[in-house]
Amino acid sequence: MRHHTVLHVVAKILLPLILLFALYVQFHGDFGPGGGFQAGVIFAVGLILYGLIYGVDNLQTAIPPGALRVFMASGVLLYAGVGVLGIFMGGQYLDYGVLAHDPLHGQHWGIFFVELGVGITVASVMTSLFYAFTS
Amino acid sequence: MIAAHLPVLQVVLPLMAAPACVLLRRPRLAWGFATLVSWACFGIAALLLGQVLENGDISYALGGWAAPWGIEYRVDTVNAFVLLIVSAISSVVLPGARASIEREVEGDRVDLLYTCWLLCLAGLLGIAITGDAFNVFVFLEISSISSYALIALSGERRALVASFRYLVMGTIGATFIVIAIGLIYMVTGTLNMADMGARLPAVWESRTVAAAFAFLTVGVGLKMALFPLHLWLPSAYASAPSPVTAFLAGTSTKVSVYLLLRFVFTIFGAGYAFGIQALEYVLMPLALLGILSASVVAIFQLDVKRLLAWSSIAQIGYMVLGISLASLTSLTASILHLFNHALIKTGLFMAMACVFYRIGSTRLEDMEGLGHRMPWTMAAFVAGGLSLIGVPSSVGFVSKWYLVLAVLERGWWPLAVFILFTSLLAVVYVWRVVEAAYLRPAPAGTGRSEAPLSILLPTWSLIIANFYFGLDTSLTVGVASRAAASLLGAGP
Repeated sequence: MRHHTVLHVVAKILLPLILLFALYVQFHGDFGPGGGFQAGVIFAVGLILYGLIYGVDNLQTAIPPGALRVFMASGVLLYAGVGVLGIFMGGQYLDYGVLAHDPLHGQHWGIFFVELGVGITVASVMTSLFYAFTS
Repeated sequence: MIAAHLPVLQVVLPLMAAPACVLLRRPRLAWGFATLVSWACFGIAALLLGQVLENGDISYALGGWAAPWGIEYRVDTVNAFVLLIVSAISSVVLPGARASIEREVEGDRVDLLYTCWLLCLAGLLGIAITGDAFNVFVFLEISSISSYALIALSGERRALVASFRYLVMGTIGATFIVIAIGLIYMVTGTLNMADMGARLPAVWESRTVAAAFAFLTVGVGLKMALFPLHLWLPSAYASAPSPVTAFLAGTSTKVSVYLLLRFVFTIFGAGYAFGIQALEYVLMPLALLGILSASVVAIFQLDVKRLLAWSSIAQIGYMVLGISLASLTSLTASILHLFNHALIKTGLFMAMACVFYRIGSTRLEDMEGLGHRMPWTMAAFVAGGLSLIGVPSSVGFVSKWYLVLAVLERGWWPLAVFILFTSLLAVVYVWRVVEAAYLRPAPAGTGRSEAPLSILLPTWSLIIANFYFGLDTSLTVGVASRAAASLLGAGP
């Protein structure tokens, strides 16, 4: 893909928009359509597009497979950890209501971090699937 | 504070430990961590069983959402016993797994194997503990997908084919189960098992429920390798890394049998399953055919792991036979055999892990004279084999005793003769191994080379447990009969 100038330029313009849109879907997911899974997929799509146009090697210098492994695991840990936090704050497992003074805010914070965990894991799993197929 | 949260910690602990295992990366560290977590799970399961026996059923509402709407974890005698079996088998096998895994699995995948192991453990414990039907499906997928990976991690190429075949069959099974759950949801509007059980009698006549029941029976049948849906099992067990085989043989099909018990007795109710749908006319012939054909096929196997896998299919037949009789004694026999067969088969497969560690094969022709080269390992195999046959004072005898009692209660003595006859078939296939190991000379130039103590100790502790629980049946029979009573009491 080295000589496709049009692709290079278009990808360069689209990439920040895709990543930004992923973050919007992620963090606006509790008020509008979206959430961690969709955001993770969109984010990974941005990364995979970069890998396709600029080469997998460039993508792997930006995001090494070892780092992906850490992200994959820590996303799940974040999800389950928020649940366990509920136990430590005096509620049941996955009870976000106890995370803040106001149960409504608690639920909000809980789902925010849970979705963040989902997003991180989904984005890194998608990208490592891409790595697995290209290696 | 922690005591109230034990039901959820039972699942969350291995579930969170799995990603943590990915972060640890170093094989030895991952192994130590997984072993520790597994023993902690065993501790939790033992505490839960104690609580249930003392205070009755435990209910835990996830996220604080009350039962019929939210997801409920419900522990009664039946699943507390299954939780104990699963976590105990994992905890006994894991300490012995390190040495054989290092031989059988590529170095950079060892930590991933322990991750999959923990995920599989979390999934199996989750299936057992949850009181929510859809949650069952989710955990079923967690445990199945991780067990496909566990099998494929073996260095052998045929493991990939075996794993893929298991994946196809297992996915069909899981799909059937989720279709069944969907259909029940359609008519009852609930996913909570107890709630389903309360609402289903009103719609027993509906065709949707009949379809759900059919899908469920076939789906669970696939998962537990009920004859004739068993074809994935022999190759999967024979080609997986040896400790993985030991773990899966003792847990995965057992949890599926539990699932059948739970759906038939708690959700559909014995009145529906046996009264309206005549489940016994399906299960009993399949169980009998399965016992007979799998035992005969086992006799002709050339690989001992494969032989034991076929014998597992036959043993599943005994459990299903107990379920199909649907009396207190027969269900006691089935639930008892869940525990007893887990002890027997895991012990035997651990002995095979010892053999594979030393000679790199479990084929009968390679095992000639092994009784002299590995006396302790083969002694363990013979003792486990005696328990498999059902020699008095072993656990195999106890469960067959109760099964024969249940059959005689109905006055079906030909069935009792059949059970004794198929035990003789077990004598034949165990004898083939004994013959190769003790009566044939060892190849020239081979000295005595016993397996390392780290694998031998777990093997022998399982074998000793075989005879301990064969002599002191107060715990196992007591719990199993209470569990059977609660299953029969739960149905209308």
